[in-house]
Amino acid sequence: MKHRQQQLGTMSGRAAELMSRLNFIHRNLMHFWLYRKFLGIFNSAKVIIGVPYLWLFCFFIVPFLIILRISFTEAEIASPPYSSVLTWIEGGVLEIKLNFQNYVTLWQDDIYISAYLSSIKIAAISTFLTFVVGFPIALALSRLPKKWRLLGLMMVILPFWTSFLIRIYAWMTILSPSGVLNNFINFIGQGIGLIDPASPVQLQLLGTEFAVYIGIIYCYLPFMILPIYATLDKMDHTLVEAAMDLGCPPIKTFWVITARISLPGILAGCFLVFIPAMGEFVIPDLLGGSDVLMIGKVLYDTYLQGMDLPLVSAISVSLLLIVIIPIYLFQRVQQKQFE
Amino acid sequence: MKQTLTRFNKISLVIGFAFLYIPILILIAYSFNESKLVTVWGGFSFKWYPELFKTKGLWDAAKITLWLAVLTSTFAVVLGTMTAFALVKFKRFRGRVLFSGITYAPMVMPEIIMGTSLALTFLALNFNKGFLTILLAHITFTMCYVTVVIQSRLIGFDRHIEEAAMDLGADRFKTFIYITLPMIMPAIVSGWLLSFTLSLDDLIIATFTTGPGATTLPIWIYSKARLGISPNINALSTIIIGVVATIVFLITLYSHHKEQIDKRHAE
Repeated sequence: MKHRQQQLGTMSGRAAELMSRLNFIHRNLMHFWLYRKFLGIFNSAKVIIGVPYLWLFCFFIVPFLIILRISFTEAEIASPPYSSVLTWIEGGVLEIKLNFQNYVTLWQDDIYISAYLSSIKIAAISTFLTFVVGFPIALALSRLPKKWRLLGLMMVILPFWTSFLIRIYAWMTILSPSGVLNNFINFIGQGIGLIDPASPVQLQLLGTEFAVYIGIIYCYLPFMILPIYATLDKMDHTLVEAAMDLGCPPIKTFWVITARISLPGILAGCFLVFIPAMGEFVIPDLLGGSDVLMIGKVLYDTYLQGMDLPLVSAISVSLLLIVIIPIYLFQRVQQKQFE
Repeated sequence: MKQTLTRFNKISLVIGFAFLYIPILILIAYSFNESKLVTVWGGFSFKWYPELFKTKGLWDAAKITLWLAVLTSTFAVVLGTMTAFALVKFKRFRGRVLFSGITYAPMVMPEIIMGTSLALTFLALNFNKGFLTILLAHITFTMCYVTVVIQSRLIGFDRHIEEAAMDLGADRFKTFIYITLPMIMPAIVSGWLLSFTLSLDDLIIATFTTGPGATTLPIWIYSKARLGISPNINALSTIIIGVVATIVFLITLYSHHKEQIDKRHAE
């Protein structure tokens, strides 16, 4: 311990030395006009606001405008592989050609509509299931003694740090026909004599909607637990006590107080699961197989074919239009909570 | 009142943590499996690890991924810190609502939308896709997370200390170096590490913005996992989990250490 402190001492000493040297250089440099100007750059509001604003504008706003534009064009075999929206024709006339065909295709071709609907269905069901799994965990965490609470919270967050892809892959090993789960069922079944060793059970789990639900619950569980925990943690427990003292039965106390108080957290958690689940394509691709239809997968496949980029743009613009309502509602919920 | 755990609470904790951790533990356990069939236990073996080094292209992918993560997090920290200062220090400027809107939007929006829009933008501008395009995309989506981390630290700290330093004759630069920077340092470190792991893990945005010669590890794993399970991926995943777990452990240790120092200073 003492040794450690000494080490820390020398380190901060070295840092202080460096600082004073830096300060010396800075003081001398301040005589130069150019240096003062250079520091001034970092000091002005224009730069501090302007640089990140410009960055986000170029790499976030502009790309949207570009796909919006491309979604109104026609696929062409040329470079770039789509027609142009604006053209100058003779006599100084600007011609605007908006092609709505891509959106018409989305509306008329059954595959797109059913992919959107099936995405909404899968996202909604898995959001509900994530809530059912996540709420009891959040509740139990908030009731842990203080010194265990931080550890418990860390343990919920830790899997979130490991790669999303690796966690989905882990479920592939578990759910595959000759996978861990099937092996386990057979092992137990043969042990108690329910399953004949000659004809082992092989449940087809991988490649079903069930596997997709498991994948989404597993990957998004922390997003559900954390906001609910945050509201429960702030809850005044004397309220529960008061209700109990006044003769309110425990279940009613739970509904009237605990559930009501955690409602903003529940809503935030549901949005945080529902919105990204809508656009998910890795989980349905790896766990769902060809039977599960989701718009993210359709979008990715269309993009990979690389032929019809205007259609790709139209699909992602309409996906954005669908999720923009939940995103807006989510920001409302968040703002209310902070007020 | 002392909160007591009911039996229901205990059961939900046990089942919850089992659900969260058993799949990862199974994945790690099977990376030490002798058998080529991933799901049949054939005895303990390290053989899949040396095998990884012989796999073509894997080492390059690992190098690219690490460089990408280091560069991404460094740029993201600079931009994220500026964004956080802009949002905390300047309460009113034209377009502030839009600015804070687009700061947080990339965190909630499905990544696939950002991926396609960036991919088509690079195409429309005739920009060759490769390392640089992934880097630009990664900086854009991780800087938002850095902003949130640094913003909460900036809101929490006492502005008067900065004012006191200025009153005592320190110029703005000196105040920044001696007062502001050390105070937000923990947030900068955790913001850097957060964007490092986000960039390390990202598959979706990288898939859309990658080009020839810029295969990252997640892209490599995904292309292999689409073909089915293999012990190679288990071994590689175990290494990645080990690296990330070490980073998380270091963050926790660092913030704990910082807290201890703060406490000592307060005494």
